Amino acid sequence: MAIIPVTYEHFEEEVLKSDLPVLADFNADWCGPCRMLAPILEQIAEERSDCKVVSINVDDESELAEQFEVSSIPCVVLFKGGKEAARSVGLRPKEALEGLLGEN
Amino acid sequence: MFDIIIIGAGPAGLTAAIYARRAAKSVLVLEATAYGGQIINTPDIENYPVAAHISGFDFATKVYEQAKALGAEIVFEKAVEIEDHGTEKAVITAKNRYIGKALILATGSENRKLGLEKEDSLVGRGVSYCATCDGAFYRGKKVAVVGGGNTALEDALYLADLAESVTLIHRRDSFRGEEGTVARLKEKPNIHFMYNSNVTKLLAEKRLTAIEVTDRNGAVTELAVDGLFIAVGRIPENQNFAALIRLDEAGYIQAGENCHTNLPGIFTAGDNRTKEVRQLVTATADGAVAATEAVKYIAALS
Ligand SMILES: Cc1cc2nc3c(=O)[nH]c(=O)nc-3n(C[C@H](O)[C@H](O)[C@H](O)COP(=O)(O)OP(=O)(O)OC[C@H]3O[C@@H](n4cnc5c(N)ncnc54)[C@H](O)[C@@H]3O)c2cc1C
Repeated sequence: MAIIPVTYEHFEEEVLKSDLPVLADFNADWCGPCRMLAPILEQIAEERSDCKVVSINVDDESELAEQFEVSSIPCVVLFKGGKEAARSVGLRPKEALEGLLGEN
Repeated sequence: MFDIIIIGAGPAGLTAAIYARRAAKSVLVLEATAYGGQIINTPDIENYPVAAHISGFDFATKVYEQAKALGAEIVFEKAVEIEDHGTEKAVITAKNRYIGKALILATGSENRKLGLEKEDSLVGRGVSYCATCDGAFYRGKKVAVVGGGNTALEDALYLADLAESVTLIHRRDSFRGEEGTVARLKEKPNIHFMYNSNVTKLLAEKRLTAIEVTDRNGAVTELAVDGLFIAVGRIPENQNFAALIRLDEAGYIQAGENCHTNLPGIFTAGDNRTKEVRQLVTATADGAVAATEAVKYIAALS
């Protein structure tokens, strides 16, 4: 699966109501580490069928960033059953992000 | 099977990928962390020809996109071992085994650690090796930088504009870094200096809360900080190849300007080899040479 861009309108349907665990990548175009994280998340999205990866642009979707208290990016939040289960802040290697899924 | 497998997506590895793809070879690049290598540590590059000012992130992203657009396959897996079977070489990762005709080792160098207890587990929780990556998380907070070379000085300067206060801890009584940078540091009112001192302990609950600093006379101070930026140098990343590849005493791959290692079909490029000048322009030059040599080697196989 590819990464799905998500806006406020579709957040509930794509993330909170998802049957699969969701890795939500909060990012922005101007954020260098976010751009470097993107291909790593893309690879996770392609390799794994047991989770979904979505991308949220914090400039366009400031309500979502505020709602989930995302003050520093890159920030990847794991949602499970409509709730936050874990988060990872900063540019982290692939294993660290897969670790989020594994441990939670 | 790939024609060429490149280990490391830093400036050397990605440039090798560009040259190899332009020679119409199939290319796999394996990268342990994120693309770009160590250059992402600098907010401003001022010495790369043509680009008078460019950030490390922009440099990394441009070369990554160029390699990708030319058709290099880039996979985020760490190479843990290599094998030489003559005309075939294997690269082993935690999940896969990849086969190529030629290899280019472009693993650069990694951050030297302080070697303190909990240092690894606190990375991302107050301990960082990259001020440009993580500095923004410490806006208005108290941070310390440990080290005395250019990287430590530049980190302290960069952080001084974000953090409430920056304490620069250095084990000697003067800095090895450029004088201009030292002068700029001393002008910043929120940078404090601790000379002749070492960080000797990390204090943490869930996150880093304080560090213990010990000076030359054995006096111990506890300093409350939200972040510690470690900039105590870099070491070559060649341990995983040491069984096959000849290294010098410091751990660099022994190779000259032609980028040949001691084994035919295995080449090296960039900061991980023996050389005088470790910079972008020499790393990218190595990438071009190593790829060209690899192409020649493959042509001679058939
Ligand atoms: C703070 C700082 C500022 C700098 N400023 C400048 C500057 O202004 N101008 C300049 O010219 N140079 C500068 N440099 C130096 C420059 O960054 C390096 O010379 C250059 O990045 C070397 O490139 P490289 O590809 O050889 O190695 P690296 O950049 O170290 O890249 C190696 C890559 O290989 C990966 N890797 C390592 N081991 C493995 C493995 N086993 N499997 C898979 N992947 C692996 C690493 O994760 C990394 O991405 C600076 C360096 C630093 C630290």
